[in-house]
Amino acid sequence: MTVEKLRLIVEELPPELHSKVRSAKIRGNDLRLVTGIDDLASLAKHIHGVYQAPLVTMHATDDRAAEDCFKLYVVLSPRGMDAFVTIIAALEPRSQRFVSLTPQINEADWYEREVQDMFGLEAIGHPDPRPLVLYDDWPQGEHPLRKDFPLDRRPPRIKGEYSFTKVEGEGVYEIPVGPVHAGVIEPGHFRFSVAGEPIINLEVRLGYVHKGIEKISESTPYWRGIHLAERISGDNSVAHSTAYCQTVEALASAEVPERAEYIRTVMLELERIYNLIGDISGIALDTAFSVGAANGYLLRERALNLNECLTGSRLLRSVNVIGGVRKDLSANDREKTLSALVRLKLEFEDLVDLMVTSTSLLDRVETTGKLSTEMAVRLNVVGPVARASGVDRDVRRDHPYAAYDRLNFLVPRGAAGDVNARTRVKIDEVRESFSLIDQALDGMPSGPIRTVVENIPAGEMAMSLVESPRGELVHWILAGRERPYRHKIRDASFCNWLAMEEAVLGNIVPDFPLINKSFNLSYSGNDL
Amino acid sequence: MDEETEKLGEELKRKVREVFGRSLAIREVDAGSCNGCEVEVNSLTNAIHDIERFGLHIVASPRHADMLLVTGPVTRNMELPLRQTYNATPCPKMVVAMGSCAISGGIYRGSYAVLDGVDKVLPVDVYIPGCPPRPQAIIQGILVALGKMEERKGQQS
Repeated sequence: MTVEKLRLIVEELPPELHSKVRSAKIRGNDLRLVTGIDDLASLAKHIHGVYQAPLVTMHATDDRAAEDCFKLYVVLSPRGMDAFVTIIAALEPRSQRFVSLTPQINEADWYEREVQDMFGLEAIGHPDPRPLVLYDDWPQGEHPLRKDFPLDRRPPRIKGEYSFTKVEGEGVYEIPVGPVHAGVIEPGHFRFSVAGEPIINLEVRLGYVHKGIEKISESTPYWRGIHLAERISGDNSVAHSTAYCQTVEALASAEVPERAEYIRTVMLELERIYNLIGDISGIALDTAFSVGAANGYLLRERALNLNECLTGSRLLRSVNVIGGVRKDLSANDREKTLSALVRLKLEFEDLVDLMVTSTSLLDRVETTGKLSTEMAVRLNVVGPVARASGVDRDVRRDHPYAAYDRLNFLVPRGAAGDVNARTRVKIDEVRESFSLIDQALDGMPSGPIRTVVENIPAGEMAMSLVESPRGELVHWILAGRERPYRHKIRDASFCNWLAMEEAVLGNIVPDFPLINKSFNLSYSGNDL
Repeated sequence: MDEETEKLGEELKRKVREVFGRSLAIREVDAGSCNGCEVEVNSLTNAIHDIERFGLHIVASPRHADMLLVTGPVTRNMELPLRQTYNATPCPKMVVAMGSCAISGGIYRGSYAVLDGVDKVLPVDVYIPGCPPRPQAIIQGILVALGKMEERKGQQS
């Protein structure tokens, strides 16, 4: 079925594009089109537009050793299909330039800036070619993801300056915030341009926590790569490690035991619960609703304790392993989980009642930080943020993995796109997670929890999407010998940061922390 | 209630009174962590651990702080902000390196983008191991730091 639909995409290409496709192969649910670098943009634009296919990831590889060229990969996800289209284009030998996709596909913006930084390939015609990850003190000509750049090379700092967008006019002034913030959050810089109270421009400058994770992964064997994946964004440990394991399992065409799929599902939902309860409590905290916040964080602590009780780790670390899971859930664990969840559910509903009946809280969150559906689609926003703006997309339903295709759940959606809508969507998602865990524990078959995965063929590529608490995240691996040759990671936050720049416009500065909290994006996952 | 936390807390309260008069002000600095450590630092202030009752405050500015609690391997891009934060902290001050990355660079050690631990940049008083350390371990670490401060005070007088 999927294969036919994908074949149809190739057949339906207009003749002038069809002639540009050098090869079209289908592997699993992935249609791989090879084309010339000059036709990449038009082919991508066609599929992006005609099949309403958002950009899942875009990245480069350094194939100079074997083929004397760099390659670009554009992965799109056609709407309504559990399938992907990967367009592969090799740059001309020794060439370091390609035509930017951003003028045609808006969401390619940061991906291309990243490719420019990490590979030194110039995106010609990019509207904003400033560096994204590497800073002004980073010398030119040093590009970490090139193969001739050793992992441990630390180039000397040079003098340089980053230019923020200038907003000028009578009474306009700037407020710089960060990188070290007042709260216990990750570092990032926010540059507000303000006229009176309302924000007229926000520029988010990230990259402070760039650790070179993709480069480290290239020298990390698969079995150890899980530990690295768990530390891409610490509070999304299970989501990232599941995506990593699923990618490696796909490379080896390995089947994971069904019981392991159910256990992964339980762990993924436990992670969602503690994260989203934290988000909801944060909204109470930032609206100065202390009672709600105190109650909320108490529930989160209970959830963390349950995690520790089941796995020995409050952040559910070391649960996943390639080929399954490391930790089985005994009958005793099941009882413990169920009784803990019964209490948590009741208390969560009390918290929700407390919050949604507080007029002072509602007054702060309603109409604050609006993100329109149109903008959410244009920027390809993901996760609860997208759903609160009316976008109907959830990886668990659209590209099912683990045991999600055997469980029933709703995908909550909002319409208003404000802080209130985001909070409501998260509240409903927690309820769905409770139900998912109940179902998964009930339906869990007996059997092994792990299979041995061997012989991961070098040169193969595979990809996995997972719905993390923040939304869709992607791991893409081109296999090398016992480790990735290239490992592309895209956290949900990478898609959503630019949306925040839009959502704050016209809001007053004191509402910024609230809007920021309602997005709750990861800096570490974004910066890698 | 968590017994371990209670026991540590009482000891902490006594020490804080001895060494700092009434309270200890802590500024947390994320110098490139994966945000796992932040989850646990935030847990310190929830109603179960509630470190404020032991006289520990997490403050908004380094200018109010007695102690910097640093997480992460110190990325190249955070080195300068970390130094600036340290310089903005009034003396006497303590630096606590929290988590495996802050100790040695952890899993990111040797990467082009990190500096392999807080002590490559600042003088560190106490290291708290763990990935991330549990809230009780953080309290224990702060207790050790206070002990060192007490010693230092004793030597000066």
